[in-house]
Amino acid sequence: MYRSSQMAASILVNAVYAMKNFPITLVNTLLSPLSFLLVITLASHGRLLSVSLGGALIMSMVSSGIGLQGDLSHLKNDFKLQDMVVSSPTTASVYLVGMAISEIVYSIPAIAVLGVLASIYIHTTVTGIFQIIAVMTLMFSFSILLGFTLATITYDIIQSWAFSGIISTLISTIPPVYYPITYIPMPFRYAAYASPTTYGAELVQNAIGFVHISTASFITDWMILILINVVFLFIAVKKARWREV
Amino acid sequence: MKGYFKCSGISKTYSKGQIALRDVSFEIPMRGIFSLIGRNGAGKTTLVRILATELMPTSGNVIVDDIDIINDPDTIRRRIAIIPQEARAISWLTPMQTITTFLLYRGVKYSEDKAKAKEVLKEFGLTTVSDKLNRTLSGGQKRKVLVAALVASDADILFMDEPTTGLDPISRAELWDILSYLKKDKFIFLTTHYLEEAERLSDRIGILDQGEIKAIGTMAELRAKVPKKYSISLLDGDHESVEIDNNGSIIKIGSRIFVDENEAYVIAKDLINRNIRFSINPVSLEDIYYSIVKRDIRGEDHVQE
Ligand SMILES: Nc1ncnc2c1ncn2[C@@H]1O[C@H](COP(=O)(O)OP(=O)(O)OP(=O)(O)O)[C@@H](O)[C@H]1O
Ligand SMILES: [Mg+2]
Repeated sequence: MYRSSQMAASILVNAVYAMKNFPITLVNTLLSPLSFLLVITLASHGRLLSVSLGGALIMSMVSSGIGLQGDLSHLKNDFKLQDMVVSSPTTASVYLVGMAISEIVYSIPAIAVLGVLASIYIHTTVTGIFQIIAVMTLMFSFSILLGFTLATITYDIIQSWAFSGIISTLISTIPPVYYPITYIPMPFRYAAYASPTTYGAELVQNAIGFVHISTASFITDWMILILINVVFLFIAVKKARWREV
Repeated sequence: MKGYFKCSGISKTYSKGQIALRDVSFEIPMRGIFSLIGRNGAGKTTLVRILATELMPTSGNVIVDDIDIINDPDTIRRRIAIIPQEARAISWLTPMQTITTFLLYRGVKYSEDKAKAKEVLKEFGLTTVSDKLNRTLSGGQKRKVLVAALVASDADILFMDEPTTGLDPISRAELWDILSYLKKDKFIFLTTHYLEEAERLSDRIGILDQGEIKAIGTMAELRAKVPKKYSISLLDGDHESVEIDNNGSIIKIGSRIFVDENEAYVIAKDLINRNIRFSINPVSLEDIYYSIVKRDIRGEDHVQE
């Protein structure tokens, strides 16, 4: 019955007021996907522009989870917000969904800029657009669930900074998100498949026609993305510590 | 029973084997101010967090107004609100935003939210800073913002874990006034290690030591637990221990001694003769604490009586 106002509280605290009082936070969320885009495009003499645009869209989604992890931990450990909210008539899922939406709010400027660029430089079909959106959604939910799970086990912001660095390196910088996986020499290519973002990127690159994957790989990639989400949902539900033990 | 807070056999052992509470049982009416006092590490925060449904006890149960709040926390959560120890007003919000968002979390409608916050900010004398960032407020103002948020909610059971720690004497006194005013229609459960604060503010006091409740009750009930009604304290540090011949018997005292009226007279005379400065007072909460826990709250162990 109160759900929407309770979600709004998280969005206001974590995004709207933070952005209003510190506009610099927007520059940060805008800058990191764009900078990769720029470097890859320049280095490939423009050949990888569409691929890296797809990569930047994926990354703007993944960064939500990384952001969530840090923000939840900060609010819980430094301000005791979570303690105050736990003893209120709210539930963990309402709090989490509000916080997850607040992370999207941060990404809006990046998504807007990338969306405009994508509409100019990415040529694809309507089905292709839906595939890209579906991949982005799955990447978002995966990263949010991962971020939430990590936040419930951190008790210090320093720990959370370390997690942020590790996750963003492992799932965004190293894997072939901004370029095709074929650029990675053979034995190392298997390592890239350890990251969920690799499957997402492969599907996006396929949707924009840069690579062509077999039907079998196409199906496998989707299955894996969905499976990863299910697994992390399970872990998040199991691990989430709302009332501490 | 309605209107009562009843804990039975609450124990808490943290995952690392750290025992924080041992079989805590008490029953208090939910009226006025209840203060839980105890040294650092006594288990105050642990108990408060269990009562505020933030933390699961290892065993035991808590019944509030006939509701088992350990197994059914949702119903009571509409009625409780807490300022955790070390809670801070979020630095990038204004007091106005802090209170309105807290109210939203508690399910207050968006349309009523702002008017309520405004009213409370005025009550707390925070109107002039209501749109400044919390980061720029003084420590006392920040603390008041949190208390104001609690008050603005419709919760009638308010937990405050060390609300006055770190405040200057004037800010503390201001907060005391606010609490004394609030207790008219809310039940306030606070923890503190300022004994004079507990004595002055509270209707009931509980003494927690090493995870156990040592005594609980009104000041009068606690006073009745100590045999002597006066305390004599030596004012000069260099008289750590003085031996006095009291009608033939030797009484050895440290910096403080508890006495009845007759003894007070004899000892006072003796101290005056020896030119030792002292004060004599009816037993305070500090004295009661001292004699029940057998240690000074600041940690000076085992003072003789
Ligand atoms: N999360 C935790 N994990 C393990 N042990 C804990 C935890 N929190 C508290 N303890 C231990 O439980 C005991 C009681 O701690 P608690 O914080 O309840 O004390 P307190 O009376 O509130 O102290 P203070 O006056 O310093 O706030 C201490 O020995 C403490 O070390
Ligand atoms: Mg404490």
